[in-house]
Amino acid sequence: MASFNQFGNDLHTGKLSYNIVGRRKVWYLAAAAMILIAIVVPALRGGFTFGIEFTGGSEFVLSEISTQDQDAAATAVTDVVPAAAPRVSVVGTDSIRVQTDQLTDTESREVRSALATAYSLDPAQVTSSFIGPSWGQDITGSAIRALLTFLVLAGVVMALYFRTWKMAVAAMVALLHDLVITAGFYGITGFEITPAAVIGFLTILGYSLYDTVVVFDKIRENTAVDGPESRRTFAESVNLAVNQTLVRSINTSVVAVLPVASILVIGAFVLGAGTLRDISLALFIGMLVGTYSTIFIAAPLYAQMRENEPEIRKRDKKALALKAKAAGTSPVADVTHADITA
Amino acid sequence: MAKSSPTKKAWRSLSWLGVIIVGLIIANGAGVLTGGGSWTPKLALDLEGGTQIILAPKLESGQTVSSEQLNQAVSIIRERIDAAGVSESEINTQGGQNIVVSIPGTPDDATLNRIQSSAKLEFRPVLVASAPTEDSVGADGSTATPTPGATDDAAAPETDAAADPAAETPAVAPTDASDLNNITPALQEQFDSFQCSNIDTSVVAPAGEPLITCEADGSVKYILGPVEVSGENISDATNGQVTTQSGATTGEWAVNIVFDGAGTKSFADVTTRLSGLEGAQNQFAIVLDGSVISAPRTLAVITDGKPQITGSFDQDTSKALADQLKFGALPISFTVQSQDTISATLGSTQLQSGLIAGLIGLILVVLYSLLQYRLLGLVTVASLAVAAVITYLLITLLSWREGYRLSLAGVAGLIVAIGITADSFIVYFERVRDELRDGRGLVSSVESGWKRAIRTIIASDTVNFLAAAVLFILAVGNVRGFALTLGLTTLVDLLVVALFTHPTLQLLARTKFFGDGHKLSGLDPRALGAVYRGRAQFKPSSEVASRKGSSSSKEAVKRQTIAERKAAELIGTGSGKSTDGKDS
Repeated sequence: MASFNQFGNDLHTGKLSYNIVGRRKVWYLAAAAMILIAIVVPALRGGFTFGIEFTGGSEFVLSEISTQDQDAAATAVTDVVPAAAPRVSVVGTDSIRVQTDQLTDTESREVRSALATAYSLDPAQVTSSFIGPSWGQDITGSAIRALLTFLVLAGVVMALYFRTWKMAVAAMVALLHDLVITAGFYGITGFEITPAAVIGFLTILGYSLYDTVVVFDKIRENTAVDGPESRRTFAESVNLAVNQTLVRSINTSVVAVLPVASILVIGAFVLGAGTLRDISLALFIGMLVGTYSTIFIAAPLYAQMRENEPEIRKRDKKALALKAKAAGTSPVADVTHADITA
Repeated sequence: MAKSSPTKKAWRSLSWLGVIIVGLIIANGAGVLTGGGSWTPKLALDLEGGTQIILAPKLESGQTVSSEQLNQAVSIIRERIDAAGVSESEINTQGGQNIVVSIPGTPDDATLNRIQSSAKLEFRPVLVASAPTEDSVGADGSTATPTPGATDDAAAPETDAAADPAAETPAVAPTDASDLNNITPALQEQFDSFQCSNIDTSVVAPAGEPLITCEADGSVKYILGPVEVSGENISDATNGQVTTQSGATTGEWAVNIVFDGAGTKSFADVTTRLSGLEGAQNQFAIVLDGSVISAPRTLAVITDGKPQITGSFDQDTSKALADQLKFGALPISFTVQSQDTISATLGSTQLQSGLIAGLIGLILVVLYSLLQYRLLGLVTVASLAVAAVITYLLITLLSWREGYRLSLAGVAGLIVAIGITADSFIVYFERVRDELRDGRGLVSSVESGWKRAIRTIIASDTVNFLAAAVLFILAVGNVRGFALTLGLTTLVDLLVVALFTHPTLQLLARTKFFGDGHKLSGLDPRALGAVYRGRAQFKPSSEVASRKGSSSSKEAVKRQTIAERKAAELIGTGSGKSTDGKDS
């Protein structure tokens, strides 16, 4: 553990420094590649698979049943159509309702007879019908409106707090990156997008921005303390801030991901498809990507956006000149700062 | 002074936290004692089950219902249910004909009415009012005599129109909706034989034609003119108690309507005309789903477009009607076809597994915190415990007051919140460590680390809270429940870090164990680079030399005493706020 403390100390003083901002092209390229995969692969697979809540599906009602065992119904359905994701509930005292993804007529007939057999009923006692989506266009529409409103407001709040719109833009780009990749993961694996998954996405939205704000606050502090007379270039100040918050970023993502991972493992491997898996998968991917994108996308992008401002340019020039002078006259001047540029 | 004041503040913060927790417990206890409240939160449809209501459209023979109408109805019903609380209901169409509403718990009649009634509101002028026909005797003897005055009124003008008894159209074109020429002989005949028990609420007369109907309780029957203003022009509706001019409440409940521009104008026009008329024609009938709620006399011209509807309302019925009016009328009327209890879709295993997963996750978080922060990790654990207690109490309270229901997604959201809450502590601890690395003593490191940390925590929590607030206000359905959970945990996070974590650390910093930087304290300056202390003291002098004028002031800020810095920050632009936040 002492080594992790040491790691944190060295990052704080700048003795150890990862040149994250400087290698931005590598990260941009990686991000572009991931986003491309996240868009192209799902498109090739034929788009996203939406859950019954979005698409509607088939419903079977078994009447005059003698047992209220719900598992038998689930098994009967998955035996015929493994991917049907049945939701079983007891209605009243003597009937069972089974809702599944939209089935074809043949599947429907087979499921009907399978259900009838499972509960020793006459097939006539099993009725089937089509049900519409419970998460209709109106919910999606209102959710999207809310989302856009939030993004605009969050952008304004960040721009006001940091007193530069460039931080807000950099944070939004990172957020977009997170959402596309998280959504792409669902598209690639073919997991159903259910309301639980959508709620997971929305959480990621908050988390990603939250994480970016924490790191940007340190960047704001560092770049303000390193005034125009600093020995560090602007990009170096940003880089130092990212390095100094690295321990925080690692600790936070571990602490945040641990509970999510435990839900995901239990949800996916013990229970199979369901609310827990859907929500925790989105969170798991999104939190990792969210932490990553703050460090590797948002911070370098912000440094790049600011670099071309005349004042920053002037400052960078001065810092470089100072450094060149220091390197020429007294090479022992400051090991710390020399390391940052390495 | 610098020593005693933070200690005092720390104890004060901790007492406030105690007051809040005790307050929540008392509020909840009051809920349990008065009934309705409970020590455990109510569970949502997926975990507890509820009631499945199948609504079938009221259709006349040959009439069909389009999918647009159904979708519109689903969305209006959802808004009505959402307006009653955050219950995460599930509404969908079935077989392209019915609407299935699944709600947690057992609905009472009021809830059913709120869901199924069409709530088509119309304002029509009264043409004729009379006592209702006795409908209990003689089905064919429907020639009971209407009140003479009313019939005279109706029959008197343009009697020649009655010459053609089959006339479906008025002989003389009526000039406005109050014109008695609206009453054709056929209509008059229909009115004469009309029985209040015959009202068919599913068939509402076309807006452009007169309507024969009765008061909702059957006490008066009316011929009403064509629709003057309809519910479509309502921009908002609320319920409240009627107040007299002196401001005292009369105890009578009313629905207050706000019309949009067009509605305001036509309402003003109509009240102007009606206030000049006499007798029944002075009355303005408020028709809901085909029956008259009330037909007040028009005493004044209403030009502000804000009429008030009174009738036999109580608080609940007036709220329900206001909600119905606000979200619009259903395109078709529905009847409850069946109503059955329904079991949970997820079953208890899912909830159990979720809770077990949460417990495992929590244990891992505790272990990791102890590993990273040694005994300081215990502060994290204690803070999480306090946050858990407050969140639990708040959720229980909300499920009592606001009808909030905890779904499995909500449980997952709460477990996830562990991470976001713990992050505040991590941000804080790392700041304190940074200050220690810069060579400060623990007590002052805690103070200055806190000042920087709380800024960050407030900024980042604001973003999260913004997300929650916007989603809660604008979104519908399941998303609202999620938004509530997110907003709640964010607030609790802020509360706990300010009123528990920081004061605790302030007090701990004064103990020998932490103050001396014991190896296991997690705040050991030696482990945090005390070796750099000499360098840190050395470094600034060289940096100051290399800088000139004002630019060095920022670096100097780092080395100010707490009191100096506090004073400086109060003058500073953005930081005044964060100081306040911490002090409270």
